[in-house]
Amino acid sequence: MRTANVRTIVVWTLVALVAAAGWSVLALARGENVSAAWMVAAALGSYAIAYRFYSKFIAYKVLKVDGTRATPAERLDNGIDYHPTDRRVLLGHHFAAIAGAGPLVGPVLAAQMGYLPGTIWIIVGVIFAGAVQDMVVLFFSTRRDGRSLGQMAREEIGPFGGAAALLATFAIMIILLGVLALVIVNALASSPWGTFSIGMTIPIALLMGFYLRVLRPGRVSEVSLIGVALLLLALVAGRWVAESSWAGAFTLAPSTLVIWLVAYGFIASILPVWTLLAPRDYLSTFMKIGTIILLAIGVVVALPALKMPAVTDFAKHGNGPVFAGSLFPFVFITIACGALSGFHSLISSGTTPKMIQKETQIRMIGYGAMLMESSVAVMALVAASIIDPGLYFAMNAPSGAIGTTVQNASQVVSSWGYHISPADLAQAAKNVDEASLLSRTGGAPTLAVGVSEIFAKVTGGSLRAFWYHFAIMFEALFILTALDAGTRVGRFMLQDMLGNVYRPFKNVSWRPGLALTSAIVCALWGYFLWVGVHEPLGGINQLFPIFGISNQLLAAVALAVCTTLLVKSGRLKWAWITGIPLAWDATVTLTASWQKVFSSDPKVGFFKQRSVFQDAIDAGKVLPPAKSMDDMHTVVTNSTVDGVLSAILAVLVVVVIADALRVCVRHVRRPALSSLSETPYVESKIVAPAGLLPTREEKEEEARARDVVGVQAGD
Amino acid sequence: MWSAFRRATSGVRWYVRELMDESAYERYVAHVRRDHPEAEVPDRRDFERMRTDRQEADPRQGFRCC
Repeated sequence: MRTANVRTIVVWTLVALVAAAGWSVLALARGENVSAAWMVAAALGSYAIAYRFYSKFIAYKVLKVDGTRATPAERLDNGIDYHPTDRRVLLGHHFAAIAGAGPLVGPVLAAQMGYLPGTIWIIVGVIFAGAVQDMVVLFFSTRRDGRSLGQMAREEIGPFGGAAALLATFAIMIILLGVLALVIVNALASSPWGTFSIGMTIPIALLMGFYLRVLRPGRVSEVSLIGVALLLLALVAGRWVAESSWAGAFTLAPSTLVIWLVAYGFIASILPVWTLLAPRDYLSTFMKIGTIILLAIGVVVALPALKMPAVTDFAKHGNGPVFAGSLFPFVFITIACGALSGFHSLISSGTTPKMIQKETQIRMIGYGAMLMESSVAVMALVAASIIDPGLYFAMNAPSGAIGTTVQNASQVVSSWGYHISPADLAQAAKNVDEASLLSRTGGAPTLAVGVSEIFAKVTGGSLRAFWYHFAIMFEALFILTALDAGTRVGRFMLQDMLGNVYRPFKNVSWRPGLALTSAIVCALWGYFLWVGVHEPLGGINQLFPIFGISNQLLAAVALAVCTTLLVKSGRLKWAWITGIPLAWDATVTLTASWQKVFSSDPKVGFFKQRSVFQDAIDAGKVLPPAKSMDDMHTVVTNSTVDGVLSAILAVLVVVVIADALRVCVRHVRRPALSSLSETPYVESKIVAPAGLLPTREEKEEEARARDVVGVQAGD
Repeated sequence: MWSAFRRATSGVRWYVRELMDESAYERYVAHVRRDHPEAEVPDRRDFERMRTDRQEADPRQGFRCC
């Protein structure tokens, strides 16, 4: 029998006690403001236990990662995309690739139900679903030379399931881009400071691109430092511009911003990678990691008090202004990234498996990086929960609900039970140098207010406006990168699909095809963006649930592929590891889709909404919040599109799951019929530790391996 | 004290260079010299061009998430 030593037992008991204390205070405290310290304790304690025990169990008992087996990086090393990468570097790489605007936006919106439901889902979700998905996909893709999720679905489930998975991925990409662009529009509308500084990122990136291409190729660090310095300068200059006579030129209406963004997306995606995409990517990686570290320090140093109630009335009645629908299933939809995100499976099955040194590191990279992303989501939730709830609702409710004046907004928000005076609303906007904070939906402005609050606690209130715009810039930067990169990926998929009809499309550098497919992709997400801006019912309110549903449906596809692979690779008894998250995720998303399609509450169900507004049009009436007959027609069209889309996505995923189930059942009945496309075993020659810190045995092993190499080199 | 500081800064420098893929060229040269000694080693300019061209051809490489 194995016995644990006393020190280990004591340490882990203490960790468990910290986590338990955090959870108890969060769940039981009523009436007074709870410190964010408890949320940090609950999160970090739970992560530590999950990483130490659950991820280890999955790695060694279920997946049986094999340290002696060579990874694709070792076998296929070509010095470029396949190459064994130091585990600490790859952790940073993988983290930078999975964490973007998602974990920052979702938790902010979900805060309308209070901080508790979101916290529970982020932490429990990541431990049992999100991190498991990332890790298992990474494992299976590593065993298949870094095959993509779509390829694995085709090879392991079948062409039908594979095609459905591909189509779902494309649809999801389009919706994602539309929603992310909408978040930017809402953050930059009538904000000359923000618009100027974000606009300046384009010349800065072009300059960096020129530097890297012509002046000093490959000197990424120095050019990134120059870029970050210029970026901060642009941020400071934004204030001067906003106070100067140029302010008018940078004060743009949402509909103007839509045109700019779609034009930007199109031009950026047909320009060569080196001009904009690559330099902007360096810039956003620097800013992303830097800001997240700053934010973590800020939260721990300031330990602000949470002002949002643990659970609001909107959670019980499902009539919240930020997004409609009840706690189940909509909290689990709204918070995708940070708890369970289907998109990660595209990273875990693409770039990362081609770079991993040892199979034993899959636990640290797959599970560990996702825990880090989850902690970013917790920070976003903290940021949204420390601002005054009255301000939170005034910022996140659509203008159709709260009107456009501070008096009106104060009145409406107070009627929901969150008191905030018109003067306080006006002051809050003035504090961050914005004309108004009303209905700045989309999460980014709210997060920025929360971040500025935390940073101002550390640096003093005079920098509050700077920090607000810093946070906006930080989010806008990687959303713009995502628009460019996402359009390219969407185009690539489209070229591939159209290539089956007309051959020349397959040639990805065929100029006319490139421009045409780019234009189609931009038009598609541009449509959702345009709809989101002009939607009388509130764009984020309508579109964010579809984004969440699509992301979670992609997770269902990934989990279905994982479960099938577990069954087919003789791990039937462990199929529940991904099977239970799959069942939960499918229940949540299909319930949400069902409600979005069939609910008889016009706030929730798209078709009910459509019929209510259509009936009013037939009767010649204008229903609020629509202001004109045009608005009424917009609502009818949008509801129809949104409803049809929700239905199609749900059907696609049901197809994938059913197909996966068929393959699993067939394998259990007649294993001889299934084939497994795992790459054959090759012995690994690399010696490297599995975890972040090497154990004593691993150090000795490394030293021995060095000696052997040293002797050979000396001969 | 001083040597600890030096170690820390060189560690940070190493990490940033690796993370931002600034070391890609050296890695590639080492790879070519080791595994294909007869092949010609491209200069840095050509190598960096080849790298961005590859990303151009398959944008899924280096894709970032939401």
